[in-house]
Amino acid sequence: MDYEIVIGLEIHAELSTKSKIYCSCTTEFGGEPNTHCCPICTGMPGVLPVLNKKVVEYAVRAGLATNCTIPEFSKQDRKNYFYPDLPKAYQTSQYDLPLCKNGYVDIEVGGTSKRIGITRIHIEEDAGKLMHDEWDTASLVDYNRCGVPLIEIVTEPDMRSAEEARVFLEKIKAILQYIGVSDCKMQEGSLRADINLSVRPKGQKEFGTRTEMKNLNSFKAIVRAIESEARRQINEIESGEVIVQETRRWDDNKGISYAMRNKEEAHDYRYFPEPDLVPIVVDREWLEQIRASLPELPDARKKRYIEEFGLPEYDASILTGSKALADFFEEAVSKSKNAKAVSNWMMGDLMRLLKDRDMEAEDIPFPAEYLAKLISLIDKGTISGTIAKKVFEKMFDTKKDPEAIVKEEGLEVVSDESTLRAVVRKVLENNAQSVADYKGGKEKAFGFLVGQAMKETKGKADPKLINKLLREELEN
Amino acid sequence: MELYELTAHELRDLIRSRKISCVELTRSVLDRIDRIDSKIGSYITVCADKAIERSKEVQAKIDRGEAKSPLAGIPMALKDNICTEGILTTCASKMLYNFIPPYSATVAKKLYSEDTILLGKLNMDEFAMGSSTENSYFKKTRNPWDVDRVPGGSSGGSAASVIAGEAVFALGSDTGGSIRQPASFCGVVGMKPTYGAVSRFGLVAFASSLDQIGPLTKDVTDCALVLNAITGHDPMDSTSADIDYPDYTKALVNDIKGMKIGIPREYIGEGINEEVKKAVLDAVEVLRKLGAECEEFSLPITEYAIPAYYLISSAEASSNLARYDGIKYGYRAEKFTDLLDLYMQTRSEGFGPEVKRRIMLGTYALSSGYYDAYYKKALQVRTLIRNGFDEAFSRYDLIVGPTAPTTAYKIGEKINNPLEMYLGDIYTVSVNIAGLPGLVIPCGTDSNNLPVGLQLIGKPFDESTLLRVGYTFEQNTEFHKNRPRI
Repeated sequence: MDYEIVIGLEIHAELSTKSKIYCSCTTEFGGEPNTHCCPICTGMPGVLPVLNKKVVEYAVRAGLATNCTIPEFSKQDRKNYFYPDLPKAYQTSQYDLPLCKNGYVDIEVGGTSKRIGITRIHIEEDAGKLMHDEWDTASLVDYNRCGVPLIEIVTEPDMRSAEEARVFLEKIKAILQYIGVSDCKMQEGSLRADINLSVRPKGQKEFGTRTEMKNLNSFKAIVRAIESEARRQINEIESGEVIVQETRRWDDNKGISYAMRNKEEAHDYRYFPEPDLVPIVVDREWLEQIRASLPELPDARKKRYIEEFGLPEYDASILTGSKALADFFEEAVSKSKNAKAVSNWMMGDLMRLLKDRDMEAEDIPFPAEYLAKLISLIDKGTISGTIAKKVFEKMFDTKKDPEAIVKEEGLEVVSDESTLRAVVRKVLENNAQSVADYKGGKEKAFGFLVGQAMKETKGKADPKLINKLLREELEN
Repeated sequence: MELYELTAHELRDLIRSRKISCVELTRSVLDRIDRIDSKIGSYITVCADKAIERSKEVQAKIDRGEAKSPLAGIPMALKDNICTEGILTTCASKMLYNFIPPYSATVAKKLYSEDTILLGKLNMDEFAMGSSTENSYFKKTRNPWDVDRVPGGSSGGSAASVIAGEAVFALGSDTGGSIRQPASFCGVVGMKPTYGAVSRFGLVAFASSLDQIGPLTKDVTDCALVLNAITGHDPMDSTSADIDYPDYTKALVNDIKGMKIGIPREYIGEGINEEVKKAVLDAVEVLRKLGAECEEFSLPITEYAIPAYYLISSAEASSNLARYDGIKYGYRAEKFTDLLDLYMQTRSEGFGPEVKRRIMLGTYALSSGYYDAYYKKALQVRTLIRNGFDEAFSRYDLIVGPTAPTTAYKIGEKINNPLEMYLGDIYTVSVNIAGLPGLVIPCGTDSNNLPVGLQLIGKPFDESTLLRVGYTFEQNTEFHKNRPRI
């Protein structure tokens, strides 16, 4: 039987506000344990929360950028459960009146566009981190992350494949980065996703029983986890088993998931309105100010790249798929005017090197201006395309100005006719057989001789001139 | 009269005219504590050395003419659920037997900046849950009028200390009557301000939407002076009201002619002790003679106030007290096998029976499947109670009635019957549910010479009217001058 996978996501993104959601502690990542906290975020007796207005603003930005409705009134609620990383034993979150609701994001998979519904976006506080001592039975708690603001984005069950889920998540990441509300670093945990997944026979209207999967730390893990869980559910059904509604934990090393708790063991969070905080009012004037301050979003940018710079749709969507790439592209174009060349370098050599060096678009080591300079060196004929590739790699690894690299290493094109004629003559002398082949009508031999001449000049020779001189010398 | 028996405003005059120093005053009160607190048990912690040292600093400031506050040099004490930096703050619980906060409550800071002198921390029912101060982990506080009787609660230590001369004034907290009922039982003036008028920052939470800090004093003038010091908007408390607060001493006017006063029929009907009822109605008669227009009216759904109160307050408490888990501070069970066991042993051993009862009640009320029937219903009753008061205040300037159905009862008399104890809150809880100000003043005694308190209930942020009526009553009666012989 053919099955259809049904996926919904719950995405947590840490907001990049300077201070925490209910106190003035820094949100900076990576401090010594328990140095970024105070009596408020560690839940000492008698302390009270005060909502950071920036958190509301950032969440509203996210809502507007994903086409959500922003109600005028919303409130915060307590989600009660015991765990050592949660010092108050409740997480302040939002229950029935979230800050944003009923939005959508369009994605493109396999050349077709698809709309993924956003059920809601709400604000909440992050918990601390437990550190399990390997040598002892004790566990330690680090409260630095306690009270770091989060938004939770809940989607409709609109995705039908791992690829759709991945593309959607990439899109959400790009949007949050474009609007500057989160740095979305999955490896630092500032972007996390839980997967709700069920399967059903193709054509069936009712959804199957879903499971929730946690602990997904990379896009790769998400794809793998979805594929694995879909397979598991289909196998269960095929062998006559019933899918149990449960929470599962993904183990990316082993490539399998484990059941954490089922519905009967599920927490009763005893949500109730947070009495220490007053309702959130997003007044309409403020809402319009936030809307007006939103930057150009990925879809609009992509459209502009196609229309303004004539980029192919594929290239435009890759370049706008990450804010860092798009910003780099625009800066390079503003300095070089040769958009096509900038795009080609980025789509080719830049992407390859980032992948080889295991780096993200945010980590491009050299300024966009250098790429513009490199392109202008080629356009002016100062260096050849072959040399340019070497200069690019050097620039990537050393962060040096391409003009300096060319100068220091003497990589300028050699176009002095008498120097090159001497090179050509030497090549003809050393390759008598090829000369004979050419004269015997083998055009291929000409290419070989050009290559030899370029090699002799370490690629620096002006290839047009080499061509011309070779023809002349061979005709004589 | 001894210095420790005087009111803050009398002492202020003596200090300002250099007849006494606040060092001498502080010593007088500390000596009093030394002599009688073994009998009364008002204090959990006495900071004698700190207080003497501080009184010397304040006196120097007074001598330099830099201490402007009318409360400068006045020795006072705080209920032990108000955080004081560097000083033990236990909430009278084993759970916090060793808790020394690294911060002070906003009210503690405000009183410090008024140059008052902190004597120590006062006994209470554990986590402010109770009406007799018998639920303290550390000790029982006894009623200074009859040491076999309770002082009321939960601010029993606050009320007892003030009438016994162990503090010139004290702060308490009131979630369902915890300032007003002990004020009534001990014969002092107690005010629960409007919700939001006094910052809750640093008050260890019992029920966040009901808790309010307020003064217990020897007379209404002192009440106004302390209110001036502690009210005001606090950016650290999101529920604190950002309004202009009046000078409450301006309300100390001996004139209530033409004032309209309503007496809820439900408050003087079934269940009230006859002697209490008589004292209250006599007081109403005094007010009438002073020119107020007094009439009985019906305040509907009074009978639902207690169930609604116990559901809302316990629900909030079950969440507020969840943080005491043995992980970060306070008590931790010595023996446990794993994390869940650590939680269970710590909380089983650290909390007393009344606190556990409320945590269970509140947890149940918030559980899925019960939320709508209990918690949500209680919130609906809350709205109806507010509406009832709104309606009454469209006709009356204030509401007057009893504070509690009885005078102080015997220690041990009700501790094994929680439900009967809860019913004693009948006249006070509605005021918290509606967030209104409530003032209690002594208005008589019963045949055992135990004090009876008259409760005045006002419109939101209209403490001034209550103070005016209380002050006028005081100027024309002598009840506030009664002192127990210990």
